[in-house]
Amino acid sequence: MSDIYATLQEIVGKDYVSNQAEERYFYGRDPGLMPPHEPDYVVMPRTTEEVQEIIRLANKEKVAVVPKGAGLSLTGLVIPQIGGIVMDMKRMEGIEVNEAGRYVIVEGGVTHAALKSHLQKNYPHLRHSIPDSPPIATIVANAVIHGQGRLTQQRGFNSDMVSGLEVVLPTGEVCRIGSCAVSSYWFSKGPPMPDLSGLFLGWFGTTGVITRLGMKLYPCKKMRDVMLYITDRAELIPDIIRKLSHTEMMEDIVVSCAPLPLRFKGVFNMLVYITGDSEEELEFKRKMAWDALREYFESRDGGFMGVSPYMKPSLLAMPSKDTTRFADVSKGGGFEYSGPIAPIEKYPQYVKKLEELASKYNLFYSSAARVIDGGHSMMFSFSYTFNRADPDTMNRAKTALDEAAEFALDEGGVIWKPNLNEQRMVMERMDPNTLKLLGKIKQLLDPNGIMNPGNWEAK
Amino acid sequence: MLELKFDKTKCADCKAVSCLVKCQYMHFDRDTARTEWQKVVNGEDSQVLHDCATCYSCEEYCPFGNHPFYLIVERQEEKGILPAPRPITTMWINQCQPIGRFTVGKVEEKAMSFCFLPQFGILAGGKLFEDIAWSSIFGQEFFCNAVYLHFARMSVIRDRLPKVIENIAKQGIKELVCLHDECYGTFTSLAPAYGIELPFKPVHYYEHLYDKLKELKDEIQPLNVKVAYFRNCSARLIPETDHFVDDIFGLIGVDRVQREYDHENALCCAELIRVSKGPEMADDVQKRNLDDMLKAGAEYCVFNCPGCWDSMVEKVVKTGIKPIHMIDLCKLAIGEEQALTPPEPALEV
Amino acid sequence: MTQDYASQIHRCFRCGYCKFPTDYSSLNCPSFRRFRFDSYSTGGRLWLIYAWLRNEIDWSEHLAEILYACTTCKNCVEQCPMKFSTDIVDWIVGARSDMVEKGRIPPQVARFFEAVHGYGNPLKLLRSDRAAWADGTKKYEPGDEYLFYVGCLGSYDENGQKMARSLADVLSAAGVSFGILGNEEECCGNEVYMLGEMGLFQTLAEKNNQQFKELSVTNIVTLSPHAYNVMKNNYHQFGADFAEYHYTVYHYTQLLYGLIKENKIRLSNNKAKVTYQDPCFLGRYNQIYDEPRQILQSIPGIELVEMERNRENSFCCGGGSGNFVMDLLAGGKDSPSRARVREAHDTGAEVLAVACPSCLTMFTDAIKAEDLDDKLVVKGISQIVKESLSSK
Ligand SMILES: Cc1cc2nc3c(=O)[nH]c(=O)nc-3n(C[C@H](O)[C@H](O)[C@H](O)COP(=O)(O)OP(=O)(O)OC[C@H]3O[C@@H](n4cnc5c(N)ncnc54)[C@H](O)[C@@H]3O)c2cc1C
Ligand code: SF4
Ligand code: SF4
Repeated sequence: MSDIYATLQEIVGKDYVSNQAEERYFYGRDPGLMPPHEPDYVVMPRTTEEVQEIIRLANKEKVAVVPKGAGLSLTGLVIPQIGGIVMDMKRMEGIEVNEAGRYVIVEGGVTHAALKSHLQKNYPHLRHSIPDSPPIATIVANAVIHGQGRLTQQRGFNSDMVSGLEVVLPTGEVCRIGSCAVSSYWFSKGPPMPDLSGLFLGWFGTTGVITRLGMKLYPCKKMRDVMLYITDRAELIPDIIRKLSHTEMMEDIVVSCAPLPLRFKGVFNMLVYITGDSEEELEFKRKMAWDALREYFESRDGGFMGVSPYMKPSLLAMPSKDTTRFADVSKGGGFEYSGPIAPIEKYPQYVKKLEELASKYNLFYSSAARVIDGGHSMMFSFSYTFNRADPDTMNRAKTALDEAAEFALDEGGVIWKPNLNEQRMVMERMDPNTLKLLGKIKQLLDPNGIMNPGNWEAK
Repeated sequence: MLELKFDKTKCADCKAVSCLVKCQYMHFDRDTARTEWQKVVNGEDSQVLHDCATCYSCEEYCPFGNHPFYLIVERQEEKGILPAPRPITTMWINQCQPIGRFTVGKVEEKAMSFCFLPQFGILAGGKLFEDIAWSSIFGQEFFCNAVYLHFARMSVIRDRLPKVIENIAKQGIKELVCLHDECYGTFTSLAPAYGIELPFKPVHYYEHLYDKLKELKDEIQPLNVKVAYFRNCSARLIPETDHFVDDIFGLIGVDRVQREYDHENALCCAELIRVSKGPEMADDVQKRNLDDMLKAGAEYCVFNCPGCWDSMVEKVVKTGIKPIHMIDLCKLAIGEEQALTPPEPALEV
Repeated sequence: MTQDYASQIHRCFRCGYCKFPTDYSSLNCPSFRRFRFDSYSTGGRLWLIYAWLRNEIDWSEHLAEILYACTTCKNCVEQCPMKFSTDIVDWIVGARSDMVEKGRIPPQVARFFEAVHGYGNPLKLLRSDRAAWADGTKKYEPGDEYLFYVGCLGSYDENGQKMARSLADVLSAAGVSFGILGNEEECCGNEVYMLGEMGLFQTLAEKNNQQFKELSVTNIVTLSPHAYNVMKNNYHQFGADFAEYHYTVYHYTQLLYGLIKENKIRLSNNKAKVTYQDPCFLGRYNQIYDEPRQILQSIPGIELVEMERNRENSFCCGGGSGNFVMDLLAGGKDSPSRARVREAHDTGAEVLAVACPSCLTMFTDAIKAEDLDDKLVVKGISQIVKESLSSK
């Protein structure tokens, strides 16, 4: 038995560390298309102190550490590129709500599922921004990759809603970021001080392990509803989004397109979500949405469709299971998407490319675009299914996604949760001084280069 | 090519112009009605073609069976007038397009058509269907396509309907009980209006229910309730079936309340009015209809069409009136349960 | 096993919906709840099976343990959003049967099969003692209305015997004509099936069917939901030409509720706050959720309170798939039975009612381990009904 293994057992207890082939196999992969690479150990710490000890051990032994939430980002961000330790965070599951201050402090492995049900049960008037990833996805990892959720249209990236961090630095010190560094309250991730949260958010665990995170909570209205808007002209979508977001009344706006089912063919479906504390409030918002788009109604270019009340539960569900079901539409157990964050005005070009690549590589496609922050940008997904049992479809999907990423960058977007190859594309285009700064920060924080090596490596 | 059997001379001689004068949604005096209708007949542009709510009612109002509504739809399409937004029209056309998937049960010479409405799978059970339950057809291949009357797409109907009829016949069906009266209307009104012959006999499901209830007479416990009947657009194609409503109500001890918006004067569910004319008009129509039911003291609102059910069910529930489909109402009378129930409020907050 | 799992199993996306109940309030796959490594979740198992099929990993005892730590509770079947969801447990059972065929199973599982094979029960107790509990209960004869199929836990386990005894007493009190098979009773084979030993299962099913036929059994009432499940859903595939000879299987809660409704069982006051555990093989496997509750609610004085996870979201006791003997999920506070008795205790109930002898034995141990002895007792519904029988 190696020293590292024995020490890890001492740190977390023997039930929570494994070096066996089965765990190494599973933790060496994610559901996406990046090639596997197995860790040497999988460990599940329970406390910040345990995380610290593991990090100190890793520094001493010069082995890599990859923090992992649910591993659902699909782009291989939790695949340990040079082996080492995968740190599965899911046993860190503490939740502490500050009701008056409208924020929650979650430990590093709390899932969206757990927070959602905790709030529903104990604080039904508060909510957080739930992404459509499967519910086992963790709050921290989602913020680490700048995820987006149901409240992103109104409030920005889920990472914009962070209100403080506790981080174990790559060298093992625990560090607090934001108001919680000075006060016992976690209301701000930086302001009015220098905002150091940027040293950790977006870094894919390469600058430390977040052990606790403050997340803003928002009013949970008593009612929600969803409206379905349809147009067949991609070029109108940017303006439709502008008009809808101008109302400042929509909870969320998501535009989808796909060749199947047939009711999707040749049209774009926009799901427009609204909330209210009374039927009157909802009705007012419905009317505002109608009024905002009256021009296209008159010109017959678009209109709202009735939504069967029997369809609403699945459309209103958070997260949306339909997003996950996409993985099985070709009965192959897989899909992946490249999801650039992009100017909304590029919607028509992106859709065109999406379809072009699908036909070039003979792939089934879909796209969902979520409006970010009142219309400053969108996340546009180029999603393709593949069959896990058919390497050829996997290759084709991978190639299509690579091309989509290049295209998205050329058209002014920035790749979201980029895989290694996409990170390289981004860094190649990055302002050289910015790139240098990135490298300096990384070197400063992680002198031994142990944290999630391979990612954001500015050469 | 299939052509509408329309007789210009009937309209020329018509004094009443009931088609337009009685219209619930456009308000013409007799003279303007005549002028506007002549424009439609002569293929000129008319306000009618733009303001028509596509409620099908004029098919019932015309005493000569001259198919004024079908003519409106033809003319709208000729002129490229879109009653509903184009993408919604496209969506409808694509969604119901035949794809070669024949969803059939163990079909016999007498069969039921579920149209393309899954609700009928829920409704068509129990004793009322005990001798036919398995013999059903469903889906695009058997879809009557009448819905395109709302979208100025008679061309789609002309194109698809003969094939649909052929598909039904190919199943060896001789007698088809139509659960959606839009199908029955298509086969008994629309098809003959275009000279399409039917190789099978369509039966309205009300007739089936009526016959079945008579057989089960001993099991009927009169319901003794007051109901408002919700008449739907396709009922206008087949007013001759309306008596079954009263016949059935008579058998099961139900009182059809007297109200302003019933029979010829009925208001439609307005869901397609919402899509085509906007929410103001739709809300007004729905509100008038609901207020009228309340005023008349209805305990139940009885639906014929699952489309109306979907668009109205939640609003009916809010008034305190109980929504129920006609089939379910008959089931209650023989001690069975309501199968199609209002949705749970979908909140997910 | 007709399910061709090998050609389908790659369809799992490892999304993890199967880890939860409907409201996401906790972890609901018992083996994932216990071990916490993703490898022990449904997706983990399916991916590992696929890897094994493709020779990407070798068989190991650890792999087999991961496979056998699944209690076949069907939470995953209930929750997986994919079209294949109904097949998941069949896939796992299919892979186990391949392992069995290749002779590559954990020693605990091998011992389970040996015991059933040699003794007719997994507890390795003597066939001649099978009816020791029965003490005068009459043997089934053609013409009796019901065959009371007792099962291994009811026959041998101390707690199971109490459950069986009470049921026999209640049935007698209600004047039901029934009999047991006594020492001739064979293991039902539900666990053997779930553990993938299809040859042994077939032998058991055939023997049982043969015996039922010889005795012209028309109605079977089982103590255990496991026996109910396998006889109702799997026996027709083996040994019995059901077109020619047919019997109806009931779980005892169905029968008891019928008797209560018909006033054949009179119940008197029994003041207690009770919560109820849905057994997987009654609930998720056979959608029987109401009768057990209706029985409890028919007893004057009983207040039925629900645990947070109930009905299709119920949390397995951890005993399924032979784990009531092998207990691969044992150990520590995270074992499913212990987590579940804590949840039962949180309702404020003083009685945890069960309809399954496997739940009974799992929870009896868990209550001890959790030190809840003086706060919570676990009882079979038959026991509660017997206690409540009106003397008049
Ligand atoms: C069907 C589907 C739908 C999706 N929809 C959405 C959506 O609507 N919105 C959205 O935002 N995303 C979506 N995603 C993407 C992704 O699943 C989510 O963003 C998810 O929240 C990622 O969380 P995770 O726990 O799986 O992260 P992981 O993949 O485990 O981790 C992501 C990154 O965070 C790092 N990390 C993890 N924990 C820590 C920690 N404690 N400290 C430091 N670094 C850490 C990891 O090293 C990795 O680099 C979707 C994915 C799928 C499969
Ligand atoms: S079994 Fe279903 S729910 Fe579970 S991980 Fe696989 S695809 Fe997801
Ligand atoms: S059957 Fe139960 S124990 Fe087995 S994988 Fe599914 S949820 Fe887990």
